[in-house]
Formats: sequence, C-alpha cells, structure tokens
Amino acid sequence: MSLKQYETVIILTPVLSEQQMKDAVAGYRGLITDNGGEIVHEENWGLTKLAYPIDKKGTGFYHLFEFKASPEFIKAWELTFRRDERIMRYLTLSLDRWAIEFNLKKRSGEIKSSSTAKEKKAANNAVVELDEED
Amino acid sequence: MSKETNFIFNQTPQVVQKKKYCRFKKHGIKHIDYKDKDFLLKFINEQGKILPRRITGTSLKFQRKISVAVKRARHLSLLPFVADGLK
Repeated sequence: MSLKQYETVIILTPVLSEQQMKDAVAGYRGLITDNGGEIVHEENWGLTKLAYPIDKKGTGFYHLFEFKASPEFIKAWELTFRRDERIMRYLTLSLDRWAIEFNLKKRSGEIKSSSTAKEKKAANNAVVELDEED
Repeated sequence: MSKETNFIFNQTPQVVQKKKYCRFKKHGIKHIDYKDKDFLLKFINEQGKILPRRITGTSLKFQRKISVAVKRARHLSLLPFVADGLK
C-alpha cells in the first residue's frame, strides 16, 4: 500500500475547554495511526483570532497535522470532520515534493515564515531598547 | 500654441523606472506557504484583494500559486475575504 503525504489544518470551536480540545485532537491522531497512517509532524497554534467570524465565533483552536496515509483514507478522514460539530473548518492538501521540502526546512529553522521573522525582529528591537535603557 | 510649449510636449519624461522582477524566480522559491499570512499580505491590497502581477511583478507561474495560497488562507480565516484598512 502506497502512502502519500498530506497536510490538514482544522479549526475547532472556542467553546471547548483546553482539555476537550486536546481530547478531540488525540482522537484524530488515533484515527490516522489506526488506519495505517503515520504522523510526520503536528502543530498546535492554540486559540487564535479569526479574520472573519465563523459560526458567530471570533476565535478558534487551530491544529495542523502532517501525515502519511493511503489516498483511500482521506475520504473517510474528511467525512469525520463534516460529522463532527466541534470542527468549524478544515483544509486537507496533498503535498508535492516542494511542499515537503519546504516543511522540512521550516521545521529545521532554515526557512522562517514572515510572521516568525517579524516577531524575532520585534524581539531584537525590544532587546536593543532595553540595552539603551541600561 | 507657441513653439516653446510644443518643445516641452515633445520631450520624453526623464523618470528612470526600476525594472520589476519576480521575487520567486530571483530567490529560487519553489513553494508558497498559505499559512504564512504576513507574507501573503504583500500580495493583497488593503481591501483584501489580490494585487495584479503588473504591480507586484510576479511571473505568471507564481501569480497562480499566490492566488491559490491567498484563497486557502481565506478559507481558513487567516485572511479576510473583504476588509477595510488591512494595512
């Protein structure tokens, strides 16, 4: 059985508690591994502000799965999202070789996203300001 | 119309425009991350519309990728569909 690499981002409703959110994510992690898949990477962005309201909610828990699975699994995987009321939005992509390479480099810190670069710059500026105060 | 004004009209403007280039081709970027919203902000205007490539200078190949990435970001509510004063 050949495995393909996929990436899924889900947005969970903010009405869940931190523990409920973790349980939901653990459930989906189990779903991948139970169906012969393999988790490559995971990211939890925590409670994040949305750019526009979804289901009258202004925030959501973002979670990213990067995994290997058989193509047949994806249909069932997305069906569970549609049935699950805790999930407001989801997006699944199959990754091409450039995307896989990009994600690897991003994890090793070779490529930095603009957002993190910005934060780093802001942090550096803060440090400089502190130095000047001294 | 006097001769002098004609002379001014015939002159070509002396503004040297910097040649636009595709930043993806220049830096060898192969993949555009739809999750990096601060990067995608460079390719949308303050209303949240995707900028044409005649303004950003992006090549057609990467303009298509940007357009897909922005739309994915919108779906995940990382970027707004409509906005006012985004920048």
